[in-house]
Order: sequence, then structure tokens, then C-alpha cells
Amino acid sequence: MVSLRRAEARRRLLMIQGLRLLVAVVILGGWELGVRAGVIDKFFWSQPSAIGAKLWLWVTEGTDLGTIWEQILVTMEETAGGFVVGSILGVIFGVVLGRSRLLADVMGPYIKAANAIPRVVVGALFAISLGLDIKAKIATAAILVFFVVFFNAFQGVREVDRNLIANARILGARDRQLTTEIIIPSALSWIIASLHTSFGLALVGAVVGELFGATEGLGELIYAAKNNFDAAGVFAGMALLAAIALVAEALITALEDRLIRWRPPVATETRI
Amino acid sequence: MQPAIELSGVTKRFLTPSGGVYTALRDLTMTVEAGEFCAVVGPTGCGKSTTLALISGLEPPSDGQVDVLGKPVNGIADGIGYMFQADAVFPWKTVLENVAAGPRYRGSSARDARAKARDWISRVGLAGFEDRYPYQLSGGMRKRVALAQCLINGPRILLMDEPFSALDVQTRSLMENELLGLWAASSASVVFVTHDLEEAISLSDRVFVITAGPGTVKSNYKVDLPRPRNVAEIRFQPHFIEIYEEIWKDLKDEVLVSYERQKHSGAA
Repeated sequence: MVSLRRAEARRRLLMIQGLRLLVAVVILGGWELGVRAGVIDKFFWSQPSAIGAKLWLWVTEGTDLGTIWEQILVTMEETAGGFVVGSILGVIFGVVLGRSRLLADVMGPYIKAANAIPRVVVGALFAISLGLDIKAKIATAAILVFFVVFFNAFQGVREVDRNLIANARILGARDRQLTTEIIIPSALSWIIASLHTSFGLALVGAVVGELFGATEGLGELIYAAKNNFDAAGVFAGMALLAAIALVAEALITALEDRLIRWRPPVATETRI
Repeated sequence: MQPAIELSGVTKRFLTPSGGVYTALRDLTMTVEAGEFCAVVGPTGCGKSTTLALISGLEPPSDGQVDVLGKPVNGIADGIGYMFQADAVFPWKTVLENVAAGPRYRGSSARDARAKARDWISRVGLAGFEDRYPYQLSGGMRKRVALAQCLINGPRILLMDEPFSALDVQTRSLMENELLGLWAASSASVVFVTHDLEEAISLSDRVFVITAGPGTVKSNYKVDLPRPRNVAEIRFQPHFIEIYEEIWKDLKDEVLVSYERQKHSGAA
């Protein structure tokens, strides 16, 4: 009985992988054929073969700015730095304001106002104040991450089950123990849920930060390609960014599973 | 010997979201003697749970005085155990960590707390489940974790807010018997809130009947059934039925009043 189910599951997996491959072939094949037939303009849209060639060129001979690995590393540093700084600050502020009614009421309008500014534009401010080095990019990424994590942590703290807090207090927990042992674990599921989007935002922040002025990085690479009307280069850069985002996504999901082991598994969840 | 709990002329008012005042309890006077198991019954919304909140110190009274173990209540009192109606075990902690929480909060070392917790976990019949998470347990097992979590601190006063109402009838009987067994080994005074008059009489030495809201004590009845009791069988004793009939006459009026009020407030 069990082996029959497993065989079924394996067949289904193979079918899904096969269909996925088919989608990729159809899109890339259609694109390539469209360009060769003259229906799609190569100048604006490039073609898969050119993009592939560009990627190969970057890997084997490096880019105009240095090796491709250096560019990826720089952007990764900015992303990771912004992600860590923004997350930590977001959690701290979220928990503090979530716990203190007074602080939340006083700071509320200011945070809402700051949140309303298109955050990407703040990158321009950082470029001036922090210069063209990595700090400005980290700051831009961090600010994007901060607001998302902050609101999630804030909400998570406010929505802790009252019964759990009452129970902990009666069992003898002091205020500090309440915060670390009850409130933070309870808010953790909110916070971790926001990490997926916030990593993506950190990447955006890093790339945009580079667009405001940089000498290295994937964002700068894409920008330089744009300036040269090198459509293949732009697509190649995008492909690399997408690959990075997917790897990070998988890592964060693994972290989430590890940290939230106590949640009942959702029946409808599908693993992609 | 001084009473364990004394509520004297207690009134509790709450602010409603629309700005009005809601009186949950009015002029309630109640005494629980040391070592006594008291049940509190009354219609829905009569303020039974509020009474527990006042005794525990989670809420202060608007008027009147609450004394626990001879001292007026000011904030969360020491020596109190509270079992909630809804699950209040911590979902992110294992069974062992949940039961060990009380001693750890009160300063025990992690090792001592865990050793004590293991002992209590086996006393409530959950040996072998120490490393499970609450979501992996059945409702009855979660209640046992809550019971162990509560009793491990050796409370002198046990407050229970309809703790078994979410369980099926059979599990409820089992839990009631276990509760009596564990209580007999301690000398705690218990206030047990419930809708179920049968449960109230089976478990307690004295039953308080609360009026429909704003609640006050309508009457109290001594339950002079012998101990130790078997909850499943005691309800067939003739004296049990006599007591039940007597208290039910009282309770029924309040239930009807409360029901009528709900119907009218729904129509209004």
C-alpha cells in the first residue's frame, strides 16, 4: 500500500518536472524563434541565445567592472548587510513599541509619515550623506526591510493571546521574562513570515542603491548595460538576480521550518 | 482557621467600547474556607470568570475588598494556580518546558525545574510525551499538561475556569477524577467555575449559585457527600439527586432570567 503511494507520488513529481521543462522550452524557444523570424525586435528584447552567450562571457572572461563573482559578491554583501540591519532594528522597534502603549501612540504618526515616503527615493539621500561606498547601499536596503519587519513585529506583539500572558504572569513570570519567553516567540511567526518579502526588498534596495551611484555590483552592471543599449546584458543581470533571490528564498524557508517547528503543518501547503 | 478566600461586598465595573459602564458583579460576598473545594455555578454572563480574575489579582475590584490567605489582594498574588477555559499552554514549548515554566520563572535552576517537571508529567499520566508540542496532543492531554503546569508550583489556592468544558463527556469524567486525586494529595482550596451542575456537585464541598448579571451570590449549599468520590458513579446516589434538585430549583430561575434578557437585548 505504502509503496504504491510512493510510486504514485514519484510519477506525479516527474510529470510536474516534465511540464515545468515544457513551459521553459516553449517560452524560451518561442522567444528565440520569434527573434530569428523578425517578429520580436532583437534590439529591445534580445534573445535567449544572446543572453546565454553574455552570461558565458561574464563567467569566462569577466565583465567591464571586474569578474562576475566580484559583482555578485558586492551585491550580496549589500543585500545581506541591509537585511540584517533592517531586520534587527525592525524587531527591536516593533517589540518595544508593541509593548509600550505610550510609545506607540506618541511615535505613531511619525512612523506613518516616514512609511509614506517612497522609500526607494531615500536612497538618494543616503547616496549624498553616506557617499558612494557600501554603507549607502546597505542603508537603502535596510530602510526597505525595516518598515516591513517593524510592522509585522509590532502587530505580532500586539496580537499575543491574552490568556497566554495571564497564564505566564500567574506562573510567576516578571516583565522581562514575559517579553523574551512569551511575547517574542509568539510574535516570531509574524516576523518570520515577513522575512521572505523583506529579503526580496533588501535585494531591491541594494540594486537601487547601486543605481544611485556605484562602481561595482549587479545593479551597476545592469545600469552600465542599459547605457550601452545592451539588452542581453540587462537580461543576463536580471537572470542572476533572480537566481540569487531563489536561493535565498529556499534558505529562509529552511530557517522558518527549523524555528517554527511547533506549528501544526498546514494541510494545503505545497512545496515548490 | 482563617478562611482561604474572602470577597466582601465586591463590585466590578467595566467600560464598554461604546463608552458605557457594564457592571459584571454587584455587592458579591463569598467565603472559601481553607482546604475547601467550592464550585461556582450560574447562568452565562453572570460574572463567574470575573470572580476568578478578582481573586487571582489579574483585575482589581471597583468596590469592596478581596482577601486571599488573610491578606488583601494587590496585583498577582503568590501561591495561586489558575486553569483557563481555553488552552493556555504555550504552543512553542514542549510538554516538558511548559510544565517546568512555573519553577523556572520563580528562580529554580533549569535542571531542578526539569526534574520536578518530569515527576509531575508522570503524575498526570503523560510519561513519554515530554518532548511533544501541544499541537501534537489531544485536547484531554493538553488539559493534563495545563494541570501539571498549574500544580507544580504547589499553589495554596486553585482557580479553575470551566477547565473541562471543551472536552468530550468521557474524557471530562476521567479528568474530573484525576483532579480529585491530585487535589486530595494537596491541601489547596479550590474555586471551580462551571455551567454543569452535575460536575459542580460531584467535585465540591460547597456550591455557590450566582444570579444573572450583575452577579451576586444568591445562595450556597453544602455538599455532604462522602470522600473519596468516584465522579462517574456518585451521580447515582440518592443523596446526590436530592442535592441536585434543591440547587437546580435555585439555578433554574437565574438561567431563565438570563435567557429572557438575552432574547430582549437581541430583539432591541
